[in-house]
Amino acid sequence: MRKPKTIIEKIWEKHIVHHEEGKPDLLYIDLHLVHEVTSPQAFEGLRINNRKVRRPDRTFATMDHNVPTIHRNVIKDEVSKTQMETLKANCEEFGVPLADIHHPDQGIVHVIGPELGLTQPGKTIVCGDSHTSTHGAFGALAFGIGTSEVEHVLATQTIWQQKPKTLNVKVNGKLGTGVTAKDLILAIIGKFGVKFGTGYVIEYTGEAIRDLSMEGRMTVCNMSIEAGARAGLISPDDTTVEFLRGKRHVPNGQEFEQLAEEWKALATDEGAIYDEQVEIDADEIEPQVTWGTNPGMCIPVSANVPTVDDANHDNEREEITRALEYMGLEGGEPISSVEIEHVFIGSCTNSRLADLRRASEIVKGHKVNPNVRAIVVPGSHSVKAQAEKEGIDLIFKNAGFEWRDAGCSMCLAMNDDVVPEGERCASTSNRNFEGRQGTGARTHLVSPEMAAAAAIKGHFVDVRHLSIPTPS
Amino acid sequence: MEPIRKHEGLVYPLNRANIDTDQIIPKQFLKRISRQGFGQFVFYNWRFDSKGELRNDFSLNQPKYQGTSILVAGENFGCGSSREHAPWALQDYGFRVIIAPSYADIFYNNCTKNGILPVKLTEEEVQTLINNAEADQYHVTVDLEVKKVYDNQGFEASFDLDDYKREMLLNGWDEIAVTLTHEGKISQFEQANG
Ligand code: SF4
Repeated sequence: MRKPKTIIEKIWEKHIVHHEEGKPDLLYIDLHLVHEVTSPQAFEGLRINNRKVRRPDRTFATMDHNVPTIHRNVIKDEVSKTQMETLKANCEEFGVPLADIHHPDQGIVHVIGPELGLTQPGKTIVCGDSHTSTHGAFGALAFGIGTSEVEHVLATQTIWQQKPKTLNVKVNGKLGTGVTAKDLILAIIGKFGVKFGTGYVIEYTGEAIRDLSMEGRMTVCNMSIEAGARAGLISPDDTTVEFLRGKRHVPNGQEFEQLAEEWKALATDEGAIYDEQVEIDADEIEPQVTWGTNPGMCIPVSANVPTVDDANHDNEREEITRALEYMGLEGGEPISSVEIEHVFIGSCTNSRLADLRRASEIVKGHKVNPNVRAIVVPGSHSVKAQAEKEGIDLIFKNAGFEWRDAGCSMCLAMNDDVVPEGERCASTSNRNFEGRQGTGARTHLVSPEMAAAAAIKGHFVDVRHLSIPTPS
Repeated sequence: MEPIRKHEGLVYPLNRANIDTDQIIPKQFLKRISRQGFGQFVFYNWRFDSKGELRNDFSLNQPKYQGTSILVAGENFGCGSSREHAPWALQDYGFRVIIAPSYADIFYNNCTKNGILPVKLTEEEVQTLINNAEADQYHVTVDLEVKKVYDNQGFEASFDLDDYKREMLLNGWDEIAVTLTHEGKISQFEQANG
């Protein structure tokens, strides 16, 4: 009998161009996504060396990181503007398809890949962005690369990679009502730490993962990098196939059905062995809130912020002290008593239609707390358009949220969407590092539902105990 | 890139774990379109106050660390974003070698593509280097040929680096040129797989 294999091994083996004992493998790349921030130096490198883009047809570019999300026709920031213009010029020169700021396909690169059906099971996908792991939700091997590697992939459509170790993160049981994919991934990182995945590719398995929608799976895989793993993926199943059916870049009819069978056959074989495995019980997970300055510093919404006495060793004492100081917290107070000034619903973690729908259900019929400034930034142009068709924009706007154009926005605050120094933001993004949302800004990572509830109450609340009007 | 074989330099100790790339170079400096000139922004939010003045309480600004070229830090160095601006900034500031117990994968790779040598030592060895460098001006030598770090007071530690990366760094090779020697195989793969 054939040796059972993980999906990771199957994809890897299918993409080896060159193998030499004791060296990394040369892997073929099926899809290369490009954005304005990590590509200019790569194109410049091609030009200097008189090289071409080998497969423009396997390359796709967009603008997301520093696009304005309001008043798009005038870009005030000259440096951002240059970066966008540079991408446009580079794409024209090298023949790379581009969804620029005014294009209907524009959006956060990890939102539009799946939306257009460019992201497919079994593909190797890279992008000069660490959250490329998002595409793993489809059973693709997708990982972030640096700019030198971007140049390398542009020139050769390949990349040198050491075969990664495999790690099975098994999620047993079911998530409770009001507990989301975001809470799940935060709880995983909270439990196992911000570097337990370093050197591994994670496969998420178990009942709670199977139950997730594609949007939920993307949220989980998106944050693999916050656990240190370059890639995280989920074996394809019917949920995957149904999501992709009818998308622009997948075939139709019989061809699709055949492809769907091939995709499902990629799933990890029964009895395949991983290098490492960890387990977590879904039913024990509560809605999560981060209190500190990395995503592992998270607690259930019902808990108190830790104090230095909770540290296990000296280094951890220092870390907690520094994080509490930066976050302006005492330690020991209930996280639910912490008041916020900003709410950001957006980012490649939580800005898809399903995220906005769920958040809007919480918001419906309420008003944003007078002390809070709240913004919603859809992940793509098309998410925005669809949400507007469904009237979701009106629910947010009537409640007092700002409704913006698509982009990364306040996730990393490269444009004007910045949290001021010392102020606090409930954010559906993925990083709560010092200064991430603005110098001195204090970020608390939460799910879209939790962010919506915090916007209304002005502090964190357990969404499970909110009296939510039943959506009609 | 510039080859690196043996490097002797002044050690700068940064005794923190999980230093992320947002700390190494904040995003407001990622808008440039060249590879040069990022050194002035390295650790910006730690080195400068909100008015843009140098902060004397941040150690890298102290006279005793001026001219440093070897950065020693805590575990999981370079976590977070894939921005290669982080190694560009470190290199442009003057760092040729980084020593830490562990690194984030993408950052580690990015270093080796830019002629920065990322050395992994044990927690204890790193702590020794940090203690020495905090106490006084402290120099070490890093020898990639024999994969060792040593000082002139008896400290010596070995490190590992895979042969491929080692060869690239020792020779300062252009990786794309190396890959293109496999052009035949890439074309074959494309023909077989559409
Ligand atoms: S939304 Fe945030 S994390 Fe995602 S790609 Fe944009 S900046 Fe990066």
